[in-house]
This record gives sequence, structure tokens and C-alpha cells, in this order.
Amino acid sequence: MFLKEYISDVYNGVSSLLKGMRKTGYYFTHPKEIITEQYPDNRATLVMAERFKGEVVMPHDQNNEHACTGCTACELACPNGTIKVVTKFDITPEGKKKKAVDALVYRLELCTMCNLCVIACPSDAIKMAPNFEHSVFDRSKLTKILNKTGSKIREGIE
Amino acid sequence: MFSLEGITSTIQDWLFFKFNPTLALAIECVIVILLAIALFAALGLILVLMERKVAARIQIRLGPNRVGPGGIFQTAADTLKLIMKEGLTPDKADKFLFNLAPFIVMMVAMLLLAPIAFAKNFQIWDINIGVLYISAISSLSVIGILMAGWASNNKYSLLGAMRSGAQIVSYELSAGFAVLTIVVLTGSLQISEIVAAQQNGWWIFKGHIPAIIAFVLYIIAVTAETNRAPFDLAEAESELTAGFHTEYSGMKFALFFLAEYINIFIVCAIGATLFLGGWMPLHIGNWQGFNHIMDFIPSSIWFMGKTFFLIFLIMWFRWTFPRLRVDQLLNLEWKYLLPISLFNLLLVAVIAILGWHF
Repeated sequence: MFLKEYISDVYNGVSSLLKGMRKTGYYFTHPKEIITEQYPDNRATLVMAERFKGEVVMPHDQNNEHACTGCTACELACPNGTIKVVTKFDITPEGKKKKAVDALVYRLELCTMCNLCVIACPSDAIKMAPNFEHSVFDRSKLTKILNKTGSKIREGIE
Repeated sequence: MFSLEGITSTIQDWLFFKFNPTLALAIECVIVILLAIALFAALGLILVLMERKVAARIQIRLGPNRVGPGGIFQTAADTLKLIMKEGLTPDKADKFLFNLAPFIVMMVAMLLLAPIAFAKNFQIWDINIGVLYISAISSLSVIGILMAGWASNNKYSLLGAMRSGAQIVSYELSAGFAVLTIVVLTGSLQISEIVAAQQNGWWIFKGHIPAIIAFVLYIIAVTAETNRAPFDLAEAESELTAGFHTEYSGMKFALFFLAEYINIFIVCAIGATLFLGGWMPLHIGNWQGFNHIMDFIPSSIWFMGKTFFLIFLIMWFRWTFPRLRVDQLLNLEWKYLLPISLFNLLLVAVIAILGWHF
């Protein structure tokens, strides 16, 4: 009985080691499996994953219109004060005052890419972009205003 | 046809023709020393690069690829860096032993080079107890390692050295038994005779299953003896920073590093000699045509090919298996490898006496 256990121990040990060697041997003989990105060289063809979170951006359409209502939900959701929404009051054609965004100030150097602002946004005005080349020589360049100058809110978004 | 034998005999004839025998012998010694050092340097560069490339491929990476085409000058650049670095000696270290240790480790590696047959009739010293000499000398390297660990005055170094000592002492046994199986089959300790006995087939084929078991045991045991993963407890990076060579820097560190790779080369060369026929080409029974074609490949290429195949195997182990704990290490040796190798030796003795091998 002891001998049987002993032999099965040896057999199981060797076969599990061989299983591992088979896997690594497969990788060794299949160079196409190599996943290394040679980054600065392949910059033109670099494909970032869809889920990659590099910075917060506000998409604008061709009429320079965005979807931000200036509700400050993102500012409230942000755990470390990265976003500051400066609001203003637009006068609508009917003569009523309406709250709108003046500047959505985004400070990249404070951002942890936690995605909470994007989740909080009720009108999907902001999203995460896959850019990652953020280095600049001046720290003040990391403070960005996300809405473009002269942009306005798209029709029909409340 | 290219052969190293021709070159050496030409040089010897010329030396003995030009000078008196004593001087000629002295000059030959100098040439051998220079060749050994050149081989060491070249092997160090090639094996480190090979290791890094193999590791990269196994881990789905690219490995060094910036210095020179495909990164082939990477190790040369590393060596240059190490030469230019300062060789520090810790303040409270035993200065003499500390500085002596890397040279002892290196010297042991150099001594082991003597009986290895690199090609047909191309051997530094064809001693009649070659195999015994190798097992005797190879266990000396533990002295250098213990010396380094003790003299460093560092707990990590000492722990690493002690582990290495325990490991080499235990695994020497099964390596010795694996070597003995071939000695039993051949009936000689001389390297050249062991190679000559494999004229009509390598021992791994001729010796049936016991020879294969002995080969596997040998590979496991020498992996442990050279302190390589999965038996690299002596320098386990995650626990002991670098084990016995934690305190070494610059060229002295490079010597330890080089000695490790030279030791791998040597144990693989011995493995190739014992089990895979050394420089003997692959011969299959009575296939005259096939055997003749195989004879056309120079014997040095056969030897290097087999040795590098074994080196690749050991590198493959290193990048596949996780490190053993020290109790698992000793369990493996004393509970599994040693009984199996003893039983295997008995089996081989029966086979050799009854003449069951080819």
C-alpha cells in the first residue's frame, strides 16, 4: 500500500511538471504569442484597449456642441476634488434664465481615473479617453478646461 | 574536413620541432590556459544572453533587443559596466576570505574543464579516473560559496551559503549514483573510453529504461548542484536578496555570475558525454549511409549541440518551475531521488552483468 502511494506520488509529480513544461515549451516555440509592445517604435500602430482609462474628456460634435448641463454631479462624485464646474446662466429665447456650464475645470494631476464622474453624469457628457502621453514640462498645463471655447449645449438635453 | 584534432597535432608538431621538449610543453600549457580563459569569457557572454532570450520567449516577452542586432551585444555591454564598477568590500567583512571566495569558485570551474572531451581527441587531460575527478572537484565549489557567505558578515549571505551547502551535499549523492550507472555500463572511469563505448549508440538508448531514469536523476541533481531554479534557495531573490553574493559588486560579482554559468556548461557537458555520447555522432545500428552522413558533421559541433541542448533543458526548467522550500528540497532528495537512484543502480548492475544492454 505504501509503495503504491509512493509510486503514484512520483507519477503525479512528474506528470504535473511535464504539463507545466509543455505550456512554456509551447510559448517558446510560438513567437507569435509574444505580447510585448515596443512602444515608442510602434506609436503609429499602437492600439489601446477600449477599457483603458487615461483621462476624462468631453466629446463635442461637429457643431461644437456638448451634452453637459452643468449639473455638477461629476464634481460631487469626484472623491478628490479633481473636477470643478463653473456655471453660468444663459438667457433662453423665451427670456428665462437657464443654468449652463461655463467651464468644466479638470485637473489631471489629481485624477485617479476612478471613473466615478463618468458614472455619475446623467447626460453622458464626459467619458474616459485612452490617451496616456500626459507628460508636460509645466504642471499648470495639466489643468484643463474640458468644454471648448464657444461651445454650447446640444438641443434637447435637459 | 574540419577537425580540431588536426589543428592541435599540427601545432604540437611545430612546437616540438622548433623548441626543446620542456619549453614546448610550457608553451602548450600557456596556450591551453589562454584557450580556457577565452572559452570562459565567450561562454559567459553567450550563456547569459541565451538565458535572457530563452526566459523572454518562455514568458512571452522579447528580451534584450536594443544593443546590437537582436540584442547580441547586451551581455558585452553588461560586462563592460561591471568591469568599470567599484568592487566594494564591506567594513566588517573578513577581507581576505571575502576577496578570495570568487576566485575559489572560479578555480573549481576551471579545474572541471580539464577532463572534458570537446571533440575527437581534443581534451586537455584524459585522466583515467575522469568521472571520479569530476565528482570530487565539483563538490569543492561549496567551499567557495560557504567562504563567501561567511566572510560577508551578512545574515542573508550566511543563510544562502548554508542552504547551498546542505543542497550540494545532498544532491551530490544522486548525481554520483546517476554517473555511476554509466560507469557500471561502461566499466571504465575514463572519459575517452566512456565516449568510445557509445560508438554504436548512446547510453541513453543502449541502457534501456534505467539509463533514462539515471539521465532524469542526473539532470535534476545537477540543477540542484548548480543552485539554479527550482533549487535556487541559495540565492532566492525574494527571501535572501541574492544569497551568498549579496555583498559582492563589480568584477567579483561578475566572477560568481560567470562561475554559475560555467558550472552549468560543465555539468551539461558531462551529462552529454555520459548519456548522449559526447562528441560521438548519432549512429543507428547498421544504417551505413545514415551513419556516414552523420560522420560528416564535425565532432566539436556534435558535442556543443548536445551540451547546448541540455543547457536549454535546464533553462526551460528554471523558467517553468516554482522554487522549492528547503524542507521540500531535502524531502525530494532523501525520500525520492536517493532511493530511486539506489534501486536504479542495482537494476543497471543486473543488466550489465547479464549483458542485456546492446
